Amino acid sequence: MNKKLEYDVAVIGGGPAGMAAALSAKKVKSDLKVVIIERDDRVGGILNQCIHNGFGLHYFKEELTGTEYAQRFADKLAETDIEIMTEAFVLNLTEKEIFVVSAKYGLVSIYAKAVVFAMGCRERTSGAIAVPGSRPVGIWTAGMAQRLANLEGLLVGRKAVIMGSGDIGLIMARRMTYEGAQVKMVCEIMPYSGGLKRNIVQCLDDYGIPLRLSTTVTRVVGDKRVEGVYVAKLNEKGEAIKETEEFVECDCLLLSVGLIPENDLLTGNRVEMSSITGGAIVDEYRGTSVEGWYACGNVLHVHDLVDNVSEEAEIAGYGAGRYASGVREDESIRKVFTGKGIRYALPQIIKGKSGRVKVFFRTDNVYKNTVLKVMCSGKELYRRKSVIMSPGEMASVVLNKEDIKGDLTITLE
Amino acid sequence: MKKNMICIMCPMGCTISVEEKDGKLSVTGNTCLRGAKYAEQEYVSPQRVVTALVKLNNGKVAPVKTDKPIAKGDVFKVLEEIGTKEIRLPVHIGDRVIENVCGSGANVVVTKNINV
Repeated sequence: MNKKLEYDVAVIGGGPAGMAAALSAKKVKSDLKVVIIERDDRVGGILNQCIHNGFGLHYFKEELTGTEYAQRFADKLAETDIEIMTEAFVLNLTEKEIFVVSAKYGLVSIYAKAVVFAMGCRERTSGAIAVPGSRPVGIWTAGMAQRLANLEGLLVGRKAVIMGSGDIGLIMARRMTYEGAQVKMVCEIMPYSGGLKRNIVQCLDDYGIPLRLSTTVTRVVGDKRVEGVYVAKLNEKGEAIKETEEFVECDCLLLSVGLIPENDLLTGNRVEMSSITGGAIVDEYRGTSVEGWYACGNVLHVHDLVDNVSEEAEIAGYGAGRYASGVREDESIRKVFTGKGIRYALPQIIKGKSGRVKVFFRTDNVYKNTVLKVMCSGKELYRRKSVIMSPGEMASVVLNKEDIKGDLTITLE
Repeated sequence: MKKNMICIMCPMGCTISVEEKDGKLSVTGNTCLRGAKYAEQEYVSPQRVVTALVKLNNGKVAPVKTDKPIAKGDVFKVLEEIGTKEIRLPVHIGDRVIENVCGSGANVVVTKNINV
């Protein structure tokens, strides 16, 4: 028989979301038994390889590197009796127990009153987006290249082309430039960049790295090692324009083409998922459709700022802590729908009747001089003008739950 | 002298021009006051915090940063200076690797606790 362990709250994943959720659950009631199950040998998650700055401006009101941001939370954890189970991997779970294989305990069954899913996300790989051509050495996801550079001190190449203008790609363009490599260009298939404006200026423009919009890599060339790539402009239909195809010599291709919530544990269970976010459908406490199961951070929807992850994880931790303490609320279910111009809104369900709720959303395109509206049963509940809304920057609106008498629709005018 | 730049104060990304005439700056292309301020600062003296890696005695690397922004033009000089250093484990957040790097007034400090 394998060992059995009991907790009030079990948090799966010790990255920024898991750390904040665990701390927040503990705050609900100090005698709650909380555990973080982390597969790496330390907490911090992806922040451990984020040596660049720009973290914490909202949460800590100061600018930190990712590593410093992680340490702030690790220090807070050290002041509590939250158990941190490192080198522990969740093999599977049911609504009754979590099966974990851990360096310390071996195979162990964990029973918890509430579970917080905070497994983060993983990078879309080259296979997933099907770049034609050969598969020589030198094709990396931007995050893997970042890990090798910042944790191992290894540079993946000397001449790079970066495909996709997500933030990790932009950050890596600067990192590789700093380490003496030449970044030939960043190609983006969309007519706009998915990265933060700040990163485009400070990672590309500062070093004269061209950002080619509506451009894709059409072919990878190389025998043992990448020798170059062909790139081409795309027409409005998203097809490569043959006449614009050009060869770019390089020894590595970095892919920053999106992130996918790492939800393998949730699929196969009764959790209702959103096909748009790739994460669970949740209420305002980030509770999923399975009672007592909560989700937060990038496993729920991909965030652009870690500050937002911490904020969301605190909500989920609060929900989980209250559930584990036996608190049940008076509920009335209202759904949150998306209207014109909105790709998704979260939470998708509002249950509580009192207090405030912050609804996060992303637009489906860049909109200038637009009006955001929240409709409730045909009536306008909220309206604000916006100079610009962009899919790359998550926006939010705070509403009073008392005012939400029926289903909501978030829409642009 | 005239300089064009993209404003980073919001996702709008206005293209702003700053022109200097008789010692006075005129900003055009901005759509808000924050943009004008940003553009002036970028024109007069663009500043950046530099984050980099320094060699560790175990063959790996430790992350470092300048503890305040330095002149943008000095970034590569500072990187070169950081590249000449090797530090010994253990290291902690805030440990000074270089004082007053390249005369910038900023110190290069460690940004991660590494024990082994």
